[in-house]
Amino acid sequence: MSELPAKARCVVIGAGIVGNCLVGHLAKLGWRDLVLLDKGPLPNPGGSTGHASNFIFPVDHNKEMCLLGEQSANQYRDLGLSVDSGGVEVARTPERMDEFQRRMTSATAWGIEARLLTPAEVGELVPFVNTDVILGGFYCPTVSVVDSLETGTRMRQLAVDAGCQVFANTEVLDITTTDGPLPGMRTVSAVVTDKGTIRTDYVVIACGVWSNRVANMAGAYIPLVPAVHQMADVGPIDVLAETNNEIGYPIVRDMDTFCYERQSAGSMEVGSYAHRPILHHPDDIPSNEEAALSPTEMPFTPDDFDQQMEEAIELMDMLGDAEIRYAINGLLSLTPDAMPCLGEIPEVRNLWSAAAIWVKEGPGMAQVVAEWMTFGYPRVIDTHGADVARFYPEERSDSHIWARASEHFNKTYGIVHPSEQWESRRNLRVSPYFSRQQGLGAEFFQARTWERPQWFASNADLTERYGLSDRQVEWDNRWWSPITMGEHLNLRENCGLVDLSAFQIFELSGPGAVEYADRLAVNRIDVPVGRAVYTPWLTPDGGFHSDLTMVRTGPEEVRIVTGVFDGGRDEFWARRHMPTDGSVTFRNVTDGITTLGLWGPNAPEVLSALCDHRWGDAPYGSVTPVELRCGDRTISAELFRISYVGDTGWEIYTAWDNGPDLWDALVTAGTDLGLRPTGGGVYGTSGRLEKGYRLMGAELESEYNPLEAGLARPRVKAADFIGKEAYVAAREAGPPEVQMCVLTVEDHSDGHGRKRYMQGGNEPILTADGKRITDSHGRVSRVTSAGPGPSLDRYLLMGYLPRELAGPGTELQVMYMNELFPVRVAGTGPVFDPDDTRLRG
Amino acid sequence: MRICCCVKRVPAPGARINVTADGQAVDVAHLGFTTSPHEECGVEEAVQLTEAHGGEVTVLTLGPPEAAEQLRYAASVGAHHGVLVPTDGSAWDPQRTARALTSAIETLEEAGGPFDLLIFGNESADSGGFQVGVRVAFALGRPIVGGIKGIEIDGTTVRARRQTDAGFEVYEMFMPAAVGVKEGINLPRYPTMRGRLASKRLEVGELAIEAPQGGQSMRRLHRPADVVSETVILGEGPAAASAVVDVLADLGVL
Repeated sequence: MSELPAKARCVVIGAGIVGNCLVGHLAKLGWRDLVLLDKGPLPNPGGSTGHASNFIFPVDHNKEMCLLGEQSANQYRDLGLSVDSGGVEVARTPERMDEFQRRMTSATAWGIEARLLTPAEVGELVPFVNTDVILGGFYCPTVSVVDSLETGTRMRQLAVDAGCQVFANTEVLDITTTDGPLPGMRTVSAVVTDKGTIRTDYVVIACGVWSNRVANMAGAYIPLVPAVHQMADVGPIDVLAETNNEIGYPIVRDMDTFCYERQSAGSMEVGSYAHRPILHHPDDIPSNEEAALSPTEMPFTPDDFDQQMEEAIELMDMLGDAEIRYAINGLLSLTPDAMPCLGEIPEVRNLWSAAAIWVKEGPGMAQVVAEWMTFGYPRVIDTHGADVARFYPEERSDSHIWARASEHFNKTYGIVHPSEQWESRRNLRVSPYFSRQQGLGAEFFQARTWERPQWFASNADLTERYGLSDRQVEWDNRWWSPITMGEHLNLRENCGLVDLSAFQIFELSGPGAVEYADRLAVNRIDVPVGRAVYTPWLTPDGGFHSDLTMVRTGPEEVRIVTGVFDGGRDEFWARRHMPTDGSVTFRNVTDGITTLGLWGPNAPEVLSALCDHRWGDAPYGSVTPVELRCGDRTISAELFRISYVGDTGWEIYTAWDNGPDLWDALVTAGTDLGLRPTGGGVYGTSGRLEKGYRLMGAELESEYNPLEAGLARPRVKAADFIGKEAYVAAREAGPPEVQMCVLTVEDHSDGHGRKRYMQGGNEPILTADGKRITDSHGRVSRVTSAGPGPSLDRYLLMGYLPRELAGPGTELQVMYMNELFPVRVAGTGPVFDPDDTRLRG
Repeated sequence: MRICCCVKRVPAPGARINVTADGQAVDVAHLGFTTSPHEECGVEEAVQLTEAHGGEVTVLTLGPPEAAEQLRYAASVGAHHGVLVPTDGSAWDPQRTARALTSAIETLEEAGGPFDLLIFGNESADSGGFQVGVRVAFALGRPIVGGIKGIEIDGTTVRARRQTDAGFEVYEMFMPAAVGVKEGINLPRYPTMRGRLASKRLEVGELAIEAPQGGQSMRRLHRPADVVSETVILGEGPAAASAVVDVLADLGVL
């Protein structure tokens, strides 16, 4: 074996499906001087790849997971290392049958062949299923079984052919870093192993269940925990052996028991996500030598599996007399939010994570990371939901990861509502108004770590005032209340007070601050002091990385205000691209500033009780310092004339500690003016949708550019900015192929005569004759946001449509729960107050 | 016929067994546990004998409360009864173990009648003392042969076969008798799913027995150094031929 090199361009740690595919993809993208290390032997070093069940069910409600699963499945197919076995999910409950309607909808959205089966049809496909215990099935013919070990070997060989050096049985002992390039930052410098040290520019951690332990060596953190997935191989079973095939029958997922049955030659693998969550610390995983089988095939704990065996026998009686020949507590990776950890790790420059990835997504996600390292952002699809920079400090603790992983493990096959809230680890971050909001019966939704009121039970009277009622179907009503529509109508009629303290607020300062801010933003930030600019930040390819507000707060100061879902990613992006000459300083000031939104026709009168500033004293988009009289004291605040709900008013910024006094003063002043505390249901959904405002992560993703989103300004600023070249090229290419549109639902009635309400969960938008709509890039038209427009008495949807379908009045359809509903394009702009007269006065 | 099979809970084979820092115990952090392999074959043999001749199998173990898991495993492959003689988790020496098992067997026989056959593993997979079966049989005044790889029942006679370099030695004993069996006597079955589920219903009997310490005591556990075999790649294809010749010459083969 050759000697470990002293220097490499990039060291990838971990030779499972991810690390192998990663070096393969990097090599394809032109990377040379690569090194791949693993502590274990090849081709199976002992990680989770070695015991994976190796099947891919292509339908997922989540866009990233679904499309990267498809991407992965196709890469396995292209290598000839995949068999389309087909797969059937079976339902034992009516709720699951409803969920299958939803899965059909997602299958249509992503263009995956699928159909619903009667129990008898399930029996025809899989004759050993007891059709008496099921209500029906969901069948995907392209469910595939893959050879992940051989795929890894081939991808590794592809890299080796391009000069990649591979060292098995080589344990990483440390990842060293150097200080810089800016004070407080560190950059990766070398990988120390038991065979020597490699100086390197980049390190990628693709260590599966060990990833956090390896990240910790560099002082970094990858929030994942090794968790047990139990699996037993039972056989021999004649009917399976007679197929003379590794996989001759479709895989069955017994969704309501959270189990699967997958043929493996003459036996059946029965796997479970139903047992109690069993988590391990990475230090407690045995080494290859200490493990009876492999490190990630831990001793089986049969008591945890008995219930699943009973249910498996119930579904397939033949399993009862089959011998349990092999059974493991197999380890896989879980994260706090059930999404992978991809991208550069914020704590250490050039240290990358390709972790919490299962075999079903391995090749696609490896491609994502390789592209990200090469082009500055992934090209295959947007991966904001998997970006390792998304986590806040409170999410990077063992207690958080363990609690959340314990909570979502049993939801692996669960029926999870798009708005479903976590039960554990609540109240991590609360606003200064929290106790007041609790007193008002706030229904809190958690945005990453922050609690935000979605609506207030104290406003229940508004439903009577406006004649509002619950939705007809429980699923549509879940995590929703008509109170939110009451709050909306009250805001439009009177005034609403919205807690915006979860805003993530950063400050750039120093002689280079404005110039740097301009480098981040599409729109010009070098504006007079006191002006705010709403602007996208682009990826190098010209797609959306962020969508936020930047305020020129001083000659050498710029404030960045962004949404809580993207605070981590935006902070990292801002820090990552900072000039290294020390001309700019970055500060996260979120903890010091609280924000209240005061909007509605009565907002100016409410505010007038606190100060002499008048509506119209300052132009839209301005930030004005004021003194506000709050009871017997005066507080300093800033009035930012802006609105995300489309009505008269301000965002009021003040020091965190002033918050309670400000809240009380506004509530007192607003008592006779109809002021009501107003929740996120108005701010984030109904108010926003009526104005057609785009939301990062919903309408705005890296696959779309500002022209398509309708956010391009008439001219391009002179200063350079990230993504400018691509942005200019897109402008010069002519009108965009797709346009972000607002649509109205024309009829909510389903086939049972019930009124149904889309959730904004990627429901496909179809032509009048029921065809999927895709563009030349393969991007599908789907609902990106959905919600009521109470002021218009219409239900509103947003989505990208090809230009020829984007004209107002175009009649289309939306699929929801596998039924079609007529919709009509309203246009690309606001449907409420299209001239912004309420905003601008 | 009534058969009593004695089993021991031991660390599952295949893993490197570490000892605790003080050398007084096995480090169980990464270990799975199983029935000592000779005894697993003993259970299988007992079950096969009752399947052929009728009767019941009682499985007896001495160990920590967790050893009930091994009794359930035995039940999952066909044993009828399980009895645990609980310890405090410490390892008992062979004399103490034998005294306790003898006492347990006497108690069981008082209640249910004599066992026709006692089956032991030839030696346990962990401590390998080769003593317990012989001591129990001696204490009960019954004949025993060890190293057995075949058992036939003929009326009141048990015929036991022991493999030697030259072939088989065959012993005949009048029952009640005892044997120490070795792996190879049969290929133990795996539990079926139904068997596993049925074993959940096994009522594990407990016999609390105090037995005096024997003469053997454990001083310290020691893990021998790993045997590292280094692989030297001599080359590829015809180019490696001369290196192969050199190695064969060094070995004196040429």
